[in-house]
Amino acid sequence: WPRSGGIRGGAGMDLFGDLRRMNKRQLYYQVLNFAMIVSSALMIWKGLIVVTGSESPIVVVLSGSMEPAFHRGDLLFLTNFYDDPIRAGEIVVFKVEGRDIPIVHRVIKVHEKGNGNIKFLTKGDNNEVDDRGLYKEGQNWLEKKDVVGRARGFLPYVGMVTIIMNDYPKFKYALLAVMGAYVLLKRES
Amino acid sequence: LRKNVEDFTGPRERSDLGFVTFDITADILNGKNGLQTFWNKNALIIFDWNVKQLFLYLSAEYSTKNNALNQVVLWDKIMLRGDNPRLSLKDMKSKYFFFDDGNGLKGNRNITLTLSWNVVPNAGVLPLVTGSGHVSVPFPDTYETTKSY
Repeated sequence: WPRSGGIRGGAGMDLFGDLRRMNKRQLYYQVLNFAMIVSSALMIWKGLIVVTGSESPIVVVLSGSMEPAFHRGDLLFLTNFYDDPIRAGEIVVFKVEGRDIPIVHRVIKVHEKGNGNIKFLTKGDNNEVDDRGLYKEGQNWLEKKDVVGRARGFLPYVGMVTIIMNDYPKFKYALLAVMGAYVLLKRES
Repeated sequence: LRKNVEDFTGPRERSDLGFVTFDITADILNGKNGLQTFWNKNALIIFDWNVKQLFLYLSAEYSTKNNALNQVVLWDKIMLRGDNPRLSLKDMKSKYFFFDDGNGLKGNRNITLTLSWNVVPNAGVLPLVTGSGHVSVPFPDTYETTKSY
């Protein structure tokens, strides 16, 4: 006997209510799922910060000043262990005081005192001159505190996504909207 | 790995400036059996499928009264995969000015020049390797004021 007539009438209202209730529960479940994914991602990121000692363990190369080794869009993995000495030839990511954007260049000069005080000079492989022009006015050397991390590993191209999202914010919002919709609407069977 | 050096120092402002000329002979592919051909898979090959390039640099390391450790890169070169892995450079002048932080070059008997390189892979770890062999260079006790560099 077909149940198609079940929407109308007293028994039908219950069914509708059931559907609505089930949808709400499903919705809460999806939202919790989403929250868990976000929290896990945050935990992994924070964990990386602790393990590597760097405030930004994964960075994207933004300029061509280290070509042909690194190109715009490459991903770099950093560590920043306090005991790691800074030595000539190392690739460091540093921040100039007062600027947000970290720079990835190579150490070309190191002067270290007996007490561990280090000052060093950097230069991009693809640049003609050293970085003194990039430092703060009057600043001639970098110190350990300016270092975000040392480049230990690298993946090409992968960071391009971040650059595209920065240059085309509409793309970023669209991507977030799609991801949000996917997570919220995906039904676990 | 052999380097020959002639040198003299000159003061610039208040810091010592060193001048070094050098020869570099290096065989980056040297395996256990001596010279190996580029594609020999049994050799200790530095240029394997995952190596995009080597960033070579010659650094001078020394200590002074002011600073326990000083390292200055005098010269660098990018060697791409496919370039001739044997270097034979003679009478090279340093690419970068060899300034000391202070006056620690005059009379400094022990400046060590080493050739090292940074292996840049296509993807993966970025190791820094120091070549075997280094040369110790002394700087004279006096300054030279004329510079024909």
